[in-house]
Amino acid sequence: MATNNAVVEKSDLAQLATDVLSKALQAGASDAEVVISEGDEFSTLVRLGQVETLKESGSRALGLHVYFGQRSATTSTSDFSAEGVERLVHGAVELARVTSEDPYSGLPDASEFGSAPGDQGLYFDDVYSLPVEERIAMARRAEEAALSVDTRMQNSDGANFDVATGLKVLANSRGFVGEYRRSYCGFSVAPIAQDGNGMQRDWWYTNARTLKNLESPEEVGREAARRTLRRLGARRVPTQRATVVFSPEIARSIMGNVLAAADGDAIYRSASFFNGMLEKEVAGSNITIIDDGTLILPGGVGGFGTTPFDGEGLPTRRKAIVERGVLKNYLLNTYTARKLNMHSTGNASRGLAGAAGIGAGNFYLEPGTLTPEQLIGEVQSGLYVTETMGFGVNLVTGDYSQGASGLWIENGELAYPVEEITIAGNLKEMYRNISGIANDLVFRSAGACPTIRVEGMMIAGA
Amino acid sequence: MTAPTAHGDNFQTPDHKRYFYEKLGVTDRLIERCLGEALAAGGDYADLYFEAVTSTSIGVDESLVKTASQGVSVGCGVRVFSGERTGYAYTDDLSPERLLRAAHTAALIANGPNKQSVAGFQETKTPSLYPVTGASVDAETAAKLELVMRADRTARAFDSRIIQVRATYADELRRILVVGSDGVYASDTQPLARLNVFVIAKEGDNVARGTSGGGGRLTLENFQSGEKTPERFAREAARQAVLQLGAVAAPAGEMEVVLGPGWPGVLLHEAVGHGLEADFNRKKTSAFAGLIGQKVASSKVTVVDNGRMENRRGSLNVDDEGNATQETVLIENGILKGYLSDKLSARLMGIASTGSGRRESYRHIPMPRMTNTYMLSGEDAPEDIIRSVKRGLYAVNFGGGQVDITNGKFVFSASEAYLIEDGKVTAPVKGATLVGNGPEALKYVSMVGNDLALDEGIGTCGKDGQSVPVGVGMPTIKLDKMTVGGTGQ
Repeated sequence: MATNNAVVEKSDLAQLATDVLSKALQAGASDAEVVISEGDEFSTLVRLGQVETLKESGSRALGLHVYFGQRSATTSTSDFSAEGVERLVHGAVELARVTSEDPYSGLPDASEFGSAPGDQGLYFDDVYSLPVEERIAMARRAEEAALSVDTRMQNSDGANFDVATGLKVLANSRGFVGEYRRSYCGFSVAPIAQDGNGMQRDWWYTNARTLKNLESPEEVGREAARRTLRRLGARRVPTQRATVVFSPEIARSIMGNVLAAADGDAIYRSASFFNGMLEKEVAGSNITIIDDGTLILPGGVGGFGTTPFDGEGLPTRRKAIVERGVLKNYLLNTYTARKLNMHSTGNASRGLAGAAGIGAGNFYLEPGTLTPEQLIGEVQSGLYVTETMGFGVNLVTGDYSQGASGLWIENGELAYPVEEITIAGNLKEMYRNISGIANDLVFRSAGACPTIRVEGMMIAGA
Repeated sequence: MTAPTAHGDNFQTPDHKRYFYEKLGVTDRLIERCLGEALAAGGDYADLYFEAVTSTSIGVDESLVKTASQGVSVGCGVRVFSGERTGYAYTDDLSPERLLRAAHTAALIANGPNKQSVAGFQETKTPSLYPVTGASVDAETAAKLELVMRADRTARAFDSRIIQVRATYADELRRILVVGSDGVYASDTQPLARLNVFVIAKEGDNVARGTSGGGGRLTLENFQSGEKTPERFAREAARQAVLQLGAVAAPAGEMEVVLGPGWPGVLLHEAVGHGLEADFNRKKTSAFAGLIGQKVASSKVTVVDNGRMENRRGSLNVDDEGNATQETVLIENGILKGYLSDKLSARLMGIASTGSGRRESYRHIPMPRMTNTYMLSGEDAPEDIIRSVKRGLYAVNFGGGQVDITNGKFVFSASEAYLIEDGKVTAPVKGATLVGNGPEALKYVSMVGNDLALDEGIGTCGKDGQSVPVGVGMPTIKLDKMTVGGTGQ
């Protein structure tokens, strides 16, 4: 069912991209890059069994980056008319006049262009095959399953069913033209539980590039209910230093900070606590973190962070960011690679507006051998974190302070729910103090992590 | 149907709708046909939201103008109500064919014969809270460039330990035209500008960041001189970074907390504002549901949401559903007074709309949202408030906050804070997250300063994936207890 993303004949949009490139060059640009994105979205929200919203639409937009030697500027538009394109080109040319000569700016060398080979399994045309009524029914079933688990499941924020497909085209004046299509479908449910102590909300979801890989609505609903019910009666704990076990969702965010700290843009600015740490030890020897923009999951379905080429037309690739505790790679695009006198790692990201940024593909922490229960079982007294809140992560210093909720661990067992507390430490130390990694690695989004256990974090509470 | 004209008693009122008719080909007949199509399947109500946004941005980085960008986005969203159901579709192509197709798609939320007629439009009377700038963005590029260069020079001159400076000036002009089948007809032109400075300070192995910025519904001239100059924001960012070089670990645990004036008002936004948005209360999913008339704060606390302040980032002449904005009292002397409502929640809850229906763009369904949310001044002198604290935290700048509407738990993350020891402000501490419970936290407000200030105008609020510009404000206040999430004991 997957269609090959090695497009032989150029689509209309790829043709439009090349036309815009020619116009930019005619207007005097020495180089230019065009990105076009086109997408469709469908979403529905069902709440307490009734349809609340139905949304269905499509849109497209065009972004242009022009170079005049080493000056550059970008423009974007949703107006594809001849007049709209004219304005886009004219605007970029005018803007580029005021920017500075930047010796590091410019398109990649043509020899670096390329696409990952073969079918990456990014697009499946079955995502829209389900009639709207059946999509609504799936959301309804997920919500029903959640609310029928227990009499304390009394309310709901509803259940969503979402579908999206998109086409991305990238073309530049040094000869790169590429495009790929991606599909997405998924549903989620956010039930609310209530008892004498108050209300709690949590949620669960399933998503995939093809309908075939969605979990059953009943499974998702029951899991959402389990997550919600376990929060009822949450209390605070006293301020103390303790072991903290992070659920896969929160571990993913903590390991995501490794990728952010290894971002070449932060590195060349000295704005990262990983600055100058390449080939040095930044974590315990049990830590290996991979970034893989080419990941294909079992069944031939591409990961959510998989693309054939990056935002500048370089092939995506797999590399270790941290290998057995040693920082092995920064995440680089062409600009930051030149600044650091290195080579791009194929991690350029490209939105419609602005110059290329940096983004990870699919990243993951290599799993260990213990089950999550074993990891928790070794903790006498500590915290199992299922949610963090806030903006208390400082990538310049590594300082970490977040609101948290979860369950208290007593004698190796999850004992009672806790909330309205904070956890704090410094990421530099946290990465060295990971005393256990579980075996529960599952890809539910572009990043994935198993459960991890961190020693000696500060918990502030009552 | 004919489009209503602006009220004749004020010839200065700009004709915001003209742009859509003259530049984008919108006609009265087209609006009428689209609303008719949107109601063709039996919907109770339909509206069209036309939007045209032009945005520009210019940035200096390492003393080079590395980035300059410009964007244009035009589209229309069509919404249909059928009982509690909402159908929505949008198009970025304003041709009659595409608009009618979007209307047809949205219409399918209903299932029955057409029962509504569309007639009798009345233009919403709106104030003029902000300037209407021209569209000659190109001509201003040089002047914007000068602003960011001034920021760069000032930050570098502030201290030799400042090693990196980035400054960005970004603005947009958003034009909207909203027409509802209930006769609402409104248009507006909304400028929005901001200047941001980001710096890194380094001393030996010690590195720290500092950020500052300001903005509002302003134009370029407002940044060239006066209160919002690049020099002021650059010095402020540099001062914070240098200060952080010497910061000690923040304390951990429950303690007395003094919040400075202005941006710390994000506390109100998180602790009470979101919980009072009517959609959560209609669904009874908010920790504040059913608490109207109850005491939720100390009697010294009065909190309002005010969309009608001149030039403020959160202000709007008219909301995104065509209703006039207003000042809404949320908490008065500690008693919970009201909710922030949009059209749907007002209809379904049988309450008045507070003009709080906002959306990120034509691609988004409106929701009840805040505008400028702040606490009114009290009677205490800020110095007396500090003096009253034996051991606590004095937090003056925040990075942002978040709330769980259902259990009321909120956090907000301090980016500049100090210890208070024996009534005196002492050492600067590292960033720390503060955590509390919305319906409880403000009960511990024991002192309220006489120094109400609003933030500098760079706040953005996210809800259900939609971002909108907002403002917050507060006088200096003292909370007798709050949990501070540092690493120190």
